[in-house]
Amino acid sequence: MDGLSFPARLHLTLIRIRLTIESEDGVNAGGCCVVHLDCHKGAWRPKDSEEYGLILRSKQSVLTDVPDLAGRFDRFGGRYVPETLMAALDELAVEYDRARQDSTFQSTLSELLSDYVGRPSPLYFAERLTKHCGGAEIWLKREDTNHTGSHKINNTLGQALLTIRMGKRRVIAETGAGQHGVATATACARFGLDCVVYMGEEDIRRQAPNVFSMKLLGAEVRPVGTGSRTLRDAINEAMRDWMASVQTSHYILGSVVGPHPFPRIVRDFQSVIGRETIQQCQAKFGRLPDSLVACVGGGSNAAGMFYPFIDHADVALIGVEAGGRGDAPGDHASPLAFGQPGVLHGSYSYVMQDEDGQTCQVHSVSAGLDYPGVGPEHSYWKETGRVTYTTCRDQEALAAFDTLARCEGILPALESAHAIAQAMILASKRPKNHRIVVCLSGRGDKDAAEVARLREDPGV
Amino acid sequence: MSVIDTVFGQLRQQKRSAFMPFITAGDPDLDFTADVLHALAGQSADLIEIGIPYSDPIADGPVIQASYTRAFDRGIRVRDIFRMLEQVTQDITIPVVTMVSYAIVLRHGPREYVEAAQAAGVAGAIVPDLPVDEAEGLATLCHETDFSLIQLVAPTTPRDRALRIAKMSRGFLYYVSVTGITGERTALPPELADNVAWLRDHVLLPICIGFGIRGPETVRQLASAADGLIVGSAFVRRIAEAATRPRHEVLEEVKQFAAELVGALKLS
Repeated sequence: MDGLSFPARLHLTLIRIRLTIESEDGVNAGGCCVVHLDCHKGAWRPKDSEEYGLILRSKQSVLTDVPDLAGRFDRFGGRYVPETLMAALDELAVEYDRARQDSTFQSTLSELLSDYVGRPSPLYFAERLTKHCGGAEIWLKREDTNHTGSHKINNTLGQALLTIRMGKRRVIAETGAGQHGVATATACARFGLDCVVYMGEEDIRRQAPNVFSMKLLGAEVRPVGTGSRTLRDAINEAMRDWMASVQTSHYILGSVVGPHPFPRIVRDFQSVIGRETIQQCQAKFGRLPDSLVACVGGGSNAAGMFYPFIDHADVALIGVEAGGRGDAPGDHASPLAFGQPGVLHGSYSYVMQDEDGQTCQVHSVSAGLDYPGVGPEHSYWKETGRVTYTTCRDQEALAAFDTLARCEGILPALESAHAIAQAMILASKRPKNHRIVVCLSGRGDKDAAEVARLREDPGV
Repeated sequence: MSVIDTVFGQLRQQKRSAFMPFITAGDPDLDFTADVLHALAGQSADLIEIGIPYSDPIADGPVIQASYTRAFDRGIRVRDIFRMLEQVTQDITIPVVTMVSYAIVLRHGPREYVEAAQAAGVAGAIVPDLPVDEAEGLATLCHETDFSLIQLVAPTTPRDRALRIAKMSRGFLYYVSVTGITGERTALPPELADNVAWLRDHVLLPICIGFGIRGPETVRQLASAADGLIVGSAFVRRIAEAATRPRHEVLEEVKQFAAELVGALKLS
């Protein structure tokens, strides 16, 4: 099937395809059709030959043409929020669509990304780490070199520009590790917007350096003492603020989670990571990498890294969830591995829930991955089999943190250390001509004190 | 024709607005919730909303959030709530509806949830995180079984959308008084009455106002503006005392507060 490969684990039997049909006079006409697939000798094929012909001629992949207008990634996504927020979500979707097609918006954003953030972020060959693992080449996509020290700034600048376009002057954000909080505070300082960041008390404790930064940047940090006092509760509190301030405030959500259109907007703004990686791989070694590895909490750095590669079926995509202390409920933060589809924070996706639908407690050594849900597009990629998801334990991530520091002189964020750990395992099993790119989503300065504390008290 | 329709039919004949208290199930335990339900039914409540505790309620203010936390402290389960309601609804005649997150409905399975609720004598549901755009499946299911899926309109809802929501709603239409979360307010928006009046001119379904109503004074002001008034946090705040004070005292205070609200509703 030319130009389109269907993963073997595709669960769907009905697929909607957007078609670009070129008529004789060269005019493009769009359209949709439903194609019935069935399994034929282990391969998915359309049921009748006419449909097969349609697929052969179709130009756009079914896997990347998401979400639909209702915010659906097949069955995942949607908008499960109070009516009060619906008008604002509609407004945001419309404004984002306009901005996407506005060349001034796009050029303003790319100028900021180059001159303010310092993009493109380097693609770096980790030579000593590669030798240490003794197999495939490990390359690092250095999002840690961005201004503010993580990939989060890619999204916050884009959304700050949207805030201004919508005529709003106040911004709300949630933060776990503090990376998104710092990136939001930074974007708000840059554009003179008021900024309130909600952060769980537990995360304020373990990510203290970022709290100072946010305050220095002029943001108000509001501690959240309800529930588990982590990222999930910070999102609840930010949403409650937005319920009351929706007419004058924009909520800059930091991950590919939440109600439509957030998962799409954040993915699109983060996709600069994957787009640059494609160009840099071509320039450095003349082809695409064999595997990509990224950590997944809500999943924004992974979504940004993977999305431009979705249609390149030869590139293996591996997402790494937080395996925490173990596989028992409450000991990890791996909804794709251990959860089931359900509703949390406005979207339908994999989530850690009990049998009543109440959100479960989760655990990760990394504040940024310590979240019971995951972006709906990741659920979609899991079910279509396009991305493989795995988990990495606290101790493995901490060991990878040490190894990267010693081998390469780079302190990774504890979030990113999960991806490094998985890449090291993968590299040791793959031949020397295999190339792995890891999304090094953030730098680890913020974690230095917490890592030191955990050394003293390894009981995590 | 559901039991809720019957209640509002009677109220219209009597030219009265409905008094609709909201309380949290299992705060501080289900025995006390049952006592409060009996007491409120005895104080001329026309309909009672039961909040099913949810771990991540984004539409609720601190008072109702804290009541959910107290209920969870005792390990509250949905099946235990329904078991309690099954008993209580045999004794009281007014309709009981659940305020429940879609996360809970979906995890149980929409059909299973509605069946269990109906078996417990529950007349309908308010699902605050299921906007009309996502509600079609559940609405169809509820309509088939005469279970009222009550939809919400907010101050931020455009008028054409409000009419679409009203069309899908059953039992009554829940008008959220303020742009914000649940909780008592000293003042409600000045345009509230006009907005509700416009909707009443265009919608046959009864319209009830909720969020922010703190006491008799607000009730007097709004009584003629709507077909019913929902009072939540003001009750939940009083019931919270039961965790630390003699229950009969708290129950008396709840009854007295209900009587004041009913009095205010009649006076207007």
